[in-house]
Amino acid sequence: MLSEKKDLLGIKELTAGEISEILDLAGEMKRVVLSNDKKLDTLKGLSVVTLFYENSTRTRLSFELASKYMSAASANIAASGSSVQKGESLLDTGHTIDRMGTDIIIMRHQSSGAASFLAKNVRAGVINAGDGMNEHPTQALLDALTIKEHKGGFKGLRVAIIGDVLHSRVARSNLYLLNKMGASVAMAGPATLMPKGVEALGCEAYTDVDKAIAGADVIINLRIQLERQKSALFPTVREYSARFGLNENRLALAAPDALVMHPGPVNRGVEMNSAVIDCEQSFIDEQVTNGVSVRMAVLDLLTRRKRNAAH
Amino acid sequence: MLLIKNGHLIDKLNGLDGIADILIDGGKIVETGENLSAEGAEVYDASGKYVAPGLIDMHVHLREPGFEYKEDIESGSRAAQKGGFTAVCCMPNTKPVTDSAAVVKFIKARAEEVGLCKVYPIAAITKGMQGEELTEMAELKDAGAVAVSDDGKPVKSGGVMQRAIKYASMFGLPVISHCEEMSLMDGGVMNEGLTATSLGLRGISPAVEEIMVSRDIIIAEHEGLPVHIAHISTKGSAELVRQAKKRGVKVTCETCPHYFTLTEEAVGDFDTNAKMNPPLRTREDVDAIIEAIADGTVDAIVTDHAPHHIDEKRLEFELALNGIIGLETSLPLGITKLVKTGKIALGDLIFLMSAGPARILGLEAGEIKAGRAADLTIFDPNEKFTVDVSSFQSKSKNCPYDGMELYGKVYNTVLDGVVK
Repeated sequence: MLSEKKDLLGIKELTAGEISEILDLAGEMKRVVLSNDKKLDTLKGLSVVTLFYENSTRTRLSFELASKYMSAASANIAASGSSVQKGESLLDTGHTIDRMGTDIIIMRHQSSGAASFLAKNVRAGVINAGDGMNEHPTQALLDALTIKEHKGGFKGLRVAIIGDVLHSRVARSNLYLLNKMGASVAMAGPATLMPKGVEALGCEAYTDVDKAIAGADVIINLRIQLERQKSALFPTVREYSARFGLNENRLALAAPDALVMHPGPVNRGVEMNSAVIDCEQSFIDEQVTNGVSVRMAVLDLLTRRKRNAAH
Repeated sequence: MLLIKNGHLIDKLNGLDGIADILIDGGKIVETGENLSAEGAEVYDASGKYVAPGLIDMHVHLREPGFEYKEDIESGSRAAQKGGFTAVCCMPNTKPVTDSAAVVKFIKARAEEVGLCKVYPIAAITKGMQGEELTEMAELKDAGAVAVSDDGKPVKSGGVMQRAIKYASMFGLPVISHCEEMSLMDGGVMNEGLTATSLGLRGISPAVEEIMVSRDIIIAEHEGLPVHIAHISTKGSAELVRQAKKRGVKVTCETCPHYFTLTEEAVGDFDTNAKMNPPLRTREDVDAIIEAIADGTVDAIVTDHAPHHIDEKRLEFELALNGIIGLETSLPLGITKLVKTGKIALGDLIFLMSAGPARILGLEAGEIKAGRAADLTIFDPNEKFTVDVSSFQSKSKNCPYDGMELYGKVYNTVLDGVVK
């Protein structure tokens, strides 16, 4: 179980049982988040540092609030304002944070594998808040919580993940999670944004978005990550939006009560139009609330070993 | 005088594959035969061991001048000697680049001072390895360069490569091409495929290598001149070279132990010691490389010995530098992965690691033959050992084979008649 582990690096290494454990606890945490008394003692006496090498609004803020709601001493480092600018290596930065008595390091980094690398070199627990194109486990968990709340479970669900699959750690983490929980996944995006051999990871793969959406119970639309593209992988935003964007007509192909989700931030009018973003089937705002709940659950579980040892 | 007694001599070119003696005098082989004796000669008892022509690695990076914190000519020579090599050819991506007679002469002089193995510098094809202006190849050849290459970087322009092949041919300098079509790289750091997709790492398509292999074969074919393709790693490259040879193109190629030993799966959990360029490929590629070694498509086995400091490897995968060291594991990997598995005979492996490269470079070496320099490798192909990187002579330890059990222990080399 996650409570016996030091780090949360990816969904890849979690079992269905561990995922359920996190989601169940996140459901309880959500009540705290929605209450007027957002204060638990869980992390009292422990310290949590967020180390972000990439920009983030919601992931970082939700981790920070999760730590504060649970009474941790928390601090933030943005790579742009630290010794990283002076050329300090990740290894040395990690050691430095570790030696300040930090219990949990939450890191976002542009390189795949960075979280695993850090975890091997620090005593603190490491939570991966996104590493390159590899994984973003808490995003998949908050997506799962949203699906579970509205669909009751995962077995037999068809989930369409559409957009820039190639550069998406969210797509990978979601794929692993949904497979483990018994849902089927269909990925779709332009051929230049689909990774080679993705079917072998356990999904259907299409370049025709309509085929993935047909009959889907959930649509997870991905952000076009212009910052991760090293070369022009599609000609124009205009053509992308017309061919691959989610609009009312495409949404009508899905199951009538399909959930529309997006990890945010949305490029309005690019991968999704405003009518869909703001429609009744859209749960994008609820995903944000669930983000705090899931991160509280993860912080709770990952510190249990330490807290029990202290008693 | 040195008399090597009762070793199992192995040299395919000279039909040697049995127990015999070798008499050496004045640094040269005098004769080979059974029950030789020579009064006053120092005797080396090679009973139970094999004696091969001194191994030649035509593709190493010794890092001196400029990157002595990774390796230098002395530590690289020690690693080579320990791995059974009597000669290595060092690539020109030094600092300054080996594009002048001065640097070539420095490397040779330094290697002679160290005296553990012969070091043949490979000079750059273009000044500063910038891919634009040709180096002064006539002078480089006179200074001691044995080939030209911009290894580490492709020669981007087909026109420059064509001129290099023509110009170098006047001096009998082989052109060694590092094949990479950079416009297809898109930041790739490992082989494109399932492992890269699953790890979220950018992939390098086999096409990156094969497009350039094709280009250089086509240039060589139209000019009727030789080209040597460095470190082939894919099934497609092997097939391109195979077909070109059938057409009579003067193309030769080399591969490295890691391309017949490891697959992309060795990257595992972002192991930077499995990061090199070209990258480790799939099982299908590994099998195709082994087939190409067995059927004669591959002309030489080289290490691409690429020492890097631990600080250049203990990094995020994307930032870690490409390359692994190989001098101290090359012969054992060949024995374990190619000979013990029955893919090729020991004599073939030795050929690919001695006479094969000598032939490409036009060196009078790689044979056990009267009149030749007495450069020999004495080893036991049946002795098992466990790879321990901490015992390596190389300054760097970037090796993915630590802890692996291999066959083939090197006892000594003989360099110009002197036991090392």
